[in-house]
Order: sequence, then structure tokens, then C-alpha cells
Amino acid sequence: MSFDIALVFDSIPKMLEGIGLTLELLFLSTSIGLILAVITLLMRISGRRFLAWPAMAYIYVFRGTPILVQIFVIYYGLPQFDLIRESIFWAILREPFGCMVVALSLNAGAYVSEILRGGLLGVDRGLHEAGKALGMSTPQRFIYITTPIAVRLAIPAYSNDFISMLKATALASTVTLLDMTGVARTIVAKTFAPYEIFIAAAMIYMVMTWFIQRGFGLFERRMSRYVKP
Amino acid sequence: MNDPMDQPIIVLENVDKFFGAFQALKGINLTVRKRERVVVCGPSGSGKSTMIRCINRLEEHDGGRIVVDGHELTSGDKNIDAVRREVGMVFQSFNLFPHLKVIDNLMLAPRLVRKLGKAEAREQAMHLLERVRIPDQADKYPSQLSGGQQQRVAIARSLCMNPEIMLFDEPTSALDPEMISEVLDVMVDLAEDGMTMIVVSHEMGFARKVADTVVFMDAGEIIERNPPAEFFEHPKNERTKLFLSQIITH
Repeated sequence: MSFDIALVFDSIPKMLEGIGLTLELLFLSTSIGLILAVITLLMRISGRRFLAWPAMAYIYVFRGTPILVQIFVIYYGLPQFDLIRESIFWAILREPFGCMVVALSLNAGAYVSEILRGGLLGVDRGLHEAGKALGMSTPQRFIYITTPIAVRLAIPAYSNDFISMLKATALASTVTLLDMTGVARTIVAKTFAPYEIFIAAAMIYMVMTWFIQRGFGLFERRMSRYVKP
Repeated sequence: MNDPMDQPIIVLENVDKFFGAFQALKGINLTVRKRERVVVCGPSGSGKSTMIRCINRLEEHDGGRIVVDGHELTSGDKNIDAVRREVGMVFQSFNLFPHLKVIDNLMLAPRLVRKLGKAEAREQAMHLLERVRIPDQADKYPSQLSGGQQQRVAIARSLCMNPEIMLFDEPTSALDPEMISEVLDVMVDLAEDGMTMIVVSHEMGFARKVADTVVFMDAGEIIERNPPAEFFEHPKNERTKLFLSQIITH
């Protein structure tokens, strides 16, 4: 078997045509996911069962099933219901891009809310007491004491999830989208050179991951200014 | 002297506290008058910390009454924040907000709770840092300070709320020996300024020097309470004698 190094590099510019879609999927779904995560977290820690329970069920369902299955359920399954087709969500769910964003966001929401909860649990109880003793209200303590500390504690796990999300965007190619992996697959269909093409794709993902790692590294350093070196 | 000392500012009547089946406080009765300095000592697990934590409701008592400066502490209390504003607390482990600089540790609650403006809060904070003798550390993070300095910042942070009463929960127990006196000095200053203080501590030198009253607790009960001279020279109860012999022989 021959390996055509030139083909690896020749295919990279072509594949970069898909990078825009990959990034769009990534940033849209991590942003929406983060909002969902915070809402879910607040529901979970509210201490009210009618809020905590749905939050836990949501987390369980989305952590308990493969993303690919979720994408297929949303993309192929939901349109079968008239209710969905007649709802305002149809504008989003009729497009594969919308389905993909919905699936990835819901996934991120479930995982990230647990990551943030881990951060919350890491905040020293004594700091709450100090806040209470100073007469600070529960929301004030949450915003000014718990959140900044919990965020710092959650960064390493969150960056891990962010990178997972980058790679999960590749599943978009299974629902006809031309993200980077989607483009790679079309090139393979023409060149019959899966080895070279997918290695080229892998290289691009790795470069992107490097930037993400670096970004989170800087953010973590900034948030950790106060920690003893 | 026109004596405001006679006014009780903290009253505990028959206070009980349970942790599950364990009874941490058994019918505690204690009255603290305005400007009184009370030092509470006793073996670990005797309920000292629990008692003072009930006074600003970091723990909720299960029986009896607690009245702080005219407010009775009850469950579902709406005015608990008002009580907490009047009662400062200093913890064994300092509990400074690690993500905020010293100056911001001191400004946070006054700005949020007392709604002070930034300039006013800063001025007050600097004033109090001078009072605890570390104005030069204002722009550092707590992790950059020694334990003694951190505890002094914690005292200043409490004072920023202009409390009527200060509670100290073993303020020097987590400190290296050479840092204890710098913290005690600040507390002596406070006492001399007429602050009402309840101090859980085994610093018997401090108790002798500053306390109006020494309280000895054991197994959730107040065993003995007396002025320091009486307490140290003529302890009445056997348990008090044993305790004193244990801590003073070293």
C-alpha cells in the first residue's frame, strides 16, 4: 500500500472549507449548552424537588445515551410528529444544522452542569459561613463568593468537555452537513484515499485542539492569580 | 459611672442543640452584658463553638430562647441578616475570600449589605487595616499573607460591618506560636475600646488579662462561670480543676 504525503497536504486547504461550519457548531452549541448548564445546575441545587428532579432526569438521559443516537432521534425521529412540524421549533428542526446544534447543546448542557456542580462542591463551606456572618444574602454569596471560585475549579474539566465538543461536531457529517469531516468524506469519495484524507483531517483537529487548550490554559492562569504559586 | 454594662445584649435561656441524636448543648443559660468580655474554654467537643455559632445562627438551636440585642432568633427568621450585621465573627480558619485582595475582602460586605459607596468603603477598610496594623498588605491576596496577618485581616473584615458584638471561634488555634500574640494584641485593643466580645479560646493569658468573665464548658453544659481571678485561683468544680491542670502544666 502506498501513502501519498502530497495528497495529505493538498487536501488540507479543501478541508478548511468545512472549518467554518465546524466552528459555528462548536461555538453555538457550547454557548447554548453553557446557558442550559447553569439553568440545570440552579434547578438541581434549588432544594426543590419539582425543579431538581427534571434536571436530574435530563442529565441522566443525555449522559446515558450516545450523541449519535440523540442526533438520529432528533433528525429522523422528531419530524414524524405533526406536533413538532407545526410548532415554532420546526424552523430549527427541519434543517440538519438546527438538529445538530440542538443535539450538541443539550449534550453539553447535561455534562457541563455536572462539571459546574463539581466546582461548587469544591468551594470551602467556611467561606459561606463567613459571608453569612457578614450579613450577605444567599444570592449575594452565590454571585460574589461561590461563583468565581467554582468557575476556577471547574476550568480543567470544562476545557476537557469543550474539546470533546469539538470532536463531537464531526458527527454532523452523518446528517449530510459539510463540516470538516463531512468535507473529508466527500474528498474520500472522489479520491478513494481515506488514509491520507482522514490523517489530514486529524491534523486540523489537533491544531484546533491546541488553540483551545492554550486558551483555557491562559484563562485558568488568570483565574488562579490568587492561588499561592 | 453611668453603667451601660448592666444591659444584657445577649441572652441564652435553656438552649438545646442536637446534631442527630447527639446533644451538643444541654440547657445553656448565659447572659452577656454590653461591653462584657467573655472567654469560653473547655475540652474539645464540649459545645463551645456550637454555642457561639448559635448566637449568629450559623447553627439553629433546637430548644430554648436566644435573644441578641433585642431580636429573638426564631426559625424562618426574616431579621436574621439584621442580627448578623450586628454580630461579627472570626473563625479558626480565617475564611478570607481567597479570590479577593485584602482590601476587597474588607469592602465586599459593606458595599453589598450596608450599601456604602466605593470611596467610603475603601476609606473605612484602610482605616481598619491600620487598626490591625497591616495597611501595607491591602493589595495582596490572602494566600500571600502569613496566618497571623490573615487572621488580623479577618478581624478587620468583621469590624467593617460596625458590629456591636464580636464572636471569636478559636481565633489563634490554627496559628503558628510566633503569630499568636500579634492577633491577641489586636483583640486586646478591641476589648479596650469597649467591644462586647465572646471568645472561645484556650489562651489563658488572654483570659486573665482581658476577660470580665470566664466560662468553662464540658459535655454541652456550662460548668462554671466566674471572673478570671476567681476562676483561675479557686475553681470550684472538679472538672474545671482537672481541665486547668491539664492546660496549665505545659
